[in-house]
Amino acid sequence: MSKVQAFYHKHRTILLLAVFAALCVLPFVVTKALFVRYACNILLFATLAGSLNAINGYSGQMCLGQAGFFAIGAYVCAIFSTRFGVNFWLLLPISGVFAAMVGLLVALPTLKLQGIYLSIVTLGASEIIRIIAQTWEPVTGGALGIKNIPYPWLFGLDTFRPKYYYFIFLLIGVLFLLVTNRVLKSRVGRAWISIREDQIAAKSLGVQTSFYKSLNFMYGAFWAGVVGCAYAPFVNYIEASQFSTDTGFNVLAMIVIGGQGTLLGPILGSMIVTVLTESLRFLDNWRYVIYAVIIIMMMWLRPQGIAGASHSVLAGGKIKRKPVRREGARSHG
Amino acid sequence: MAEQTLTRVPLLEAQGICKYFGGLKAVDHVDMTICQGDIFGIIGPNGAGKTTFFNICTGIFTPTQGRIFFCGEDITAMSPEAVAQKRIARTFQNLQLFKFMTVLENVKIGCHIKTKSNMFDAILHTPTFKRDEAFTTEKSLEILKRIGLFDFRDTLAGNLSYGMQRKVEIARALALDPKILLLDEPAAGMNPLETKALMEFIQALNADGYTIAVIEHDMKFVMNSCNRILVLNFGQKILEGTPAEVKTNPEVQSAYFGKGMVAGEAIR
Ligand SMILES: Nc1ncnc2c1ncn2[C@@H]1O[C@H](COP(=O)(O)OP(=O)(O)OP(=O)(O)O)[C@@H](O)[C@H]1O
Ligand SMILES: [Mg+2]
Repeated sequence: MSKVQAFYHKHRTILLLAVFAALCVLPFVVTKALFVRYACNILLFATLAGSLNAINGYSGQMCLGQAGFFAIGAYVCAIFSTRFGVNFWLLLPISGVFAAMVGLLVALPTLKLQGIYLSIVTLGASEIIRIIAQTWEPVTGGALGIKNIPYPWLFGLDTFRPKYYYFIFLLIGVLFLLVTNRVLKSRVGRAWISIREDQIAAKSLGVQTSFYKSLNFMYGAFWAGVVGCAYAPFVNYIEASQFSTDTGFNVLAMIVIGGQGTLLGPILGSMIVTVLTESLRFLDNWRYVIYAVIIIMMMWLRPQGIAGASHSVLAGGKIKRKPVRREGARSHG
Repeated sequence: MAEQTLTRVPLLEAQGICKYFGGLKAVDHVDMTICQGDIFGIIGPNGAGKTTFFNICTGIFTPTQGRIFFCGEDITAMSPEAVAQKRIARTFQNLQLFKFMTVLENVKIGCHIKTKSNMFDAILHTPTFKRDEAFTTEKSLEILKRIGLFDFRDTLAGNLSYGMQRKVEIARALALDPKILLLDEPAAGMNPLETKALMEFIQALNADGYTIAVIEHDMKFVMNSCNRILVLNFGQKILEGTPAEVKTNPEVQSAYFGKGMVAGEAIR
């Protein structure tokens, strides 16, 4: 097991470049348009799950509302591009900033909340965003949604074909990984992880936990917004029901299955969930039962997910024994 | 420790500290003065309120009554983060390590307040970021070398033995460059050999100018290392004085060494 790890660490750069090269030629090798569309979905959801993992997996805040931030990004893109003709590439960061602002609005009042309470508030926020999108007709088109979102420019390629749109998702995914990797390996990332590990200890070392929790929330929301922005032209038409809590839970399922606290986990999770969704389509809604079973099994067999940070080889080791918690002290004398 | 009664500069002062949990008086009107250069021992039976007292000093609890002063500044109502900024560092009785971070990363968190690179510095690898990272790494490794955990720098903290985890906590606290170091039962869970080494380590730190307050049940440790001792019992202060005073005080003997045990026996 650790041989795999050692091999990876030794040839890291080459391996990653090889994977990147393989991903670049993929849409030309896989000629079936449907499969390319699946590949697009995997990339899109890998980044979206990654953005959720940046929150849940690294600062330990339990956010369930990623669909809301995703929706903000998609609507910002749709509205600004259809009404004001703003360039897609400009809209990517703008959508992210919008989502991050909303993230801050959600984070501020919930700073004192933890665990399930924070989850419920984020879930509520996500639903509120969806309902606003559904009812604010003059801006969001209400139940009719927004049609004909222009396809982005990409060196003159026909981005309405998934084969080329694929590269937009790939670019965003790679950018997300590079940036997140840098943030995590810095003072900021360490502060996030310290909050996940032990908030009191982090505070007692001078980490301003409220600030870093908000920042972390905004960071995750930012990337969800960016992915949302890339999603809108891809599907060409958006309406509120695409951003229901089902989408949120789907993304959550990805990081639960793939593993939280590693960059690899959400990618694996996205692949597994997307492949299952597509291959189990014939089961119709029964496939959700299969998800449920898989999630329960995961919780039981491998609660940290396939590549989860806690006990994973991929994450760089595991904690063998749990030191006994000794509440009282030795008796005196 | 030689008695230095010449120029004692107060560093951490508690005035009339009370902490009530409902009807339970965990800490009840406790005064204390820790001076620059002290190894200040806090002893008392289980449940005497020692840990609660530390939690008040470090901003984790606000006292029901009373004030805490650090270098003359009132820090009673400060948050733990703000207290840490004042360079008051602590360890925890029930080990509160960042278990899934490596030993080195644990100590790096201790350098947090001394660096200031933000997210953009990290993304763009600006000179600020590079300077901070270099500083953090160098400083952390230096501390690990000193405390004898250098070889374990890449081990996950949760994988270490109990005694070593305690050392990681101390290393992490040292990274703050503390003006005072509060240690809550640092020797708990250590074997006698480790305890002895730790005692020497604490004395060496003190010789380097660190002021240390330590809660400890190991009498040998306390009597031999500390120059001043505060004795608590049921939240109340029995005595604050030198080891010699503590040894001979009849009230301490009945409260702390009760059950027929003679202080001398425990101390020797
Ligand atoms: N958060 C809390 N809520 C309620 N009661 C508490 C709390 N913290 C401590 N206590 C109570 O306050 C009293 C003092 O506890 P404390 O932990 O300070 O004792 P201690 O002197 O550190 O004991 P030990 O030697 O066992 O560590 C105990 O009776 C304890 O049960
Ligand atoms: Mg205690």
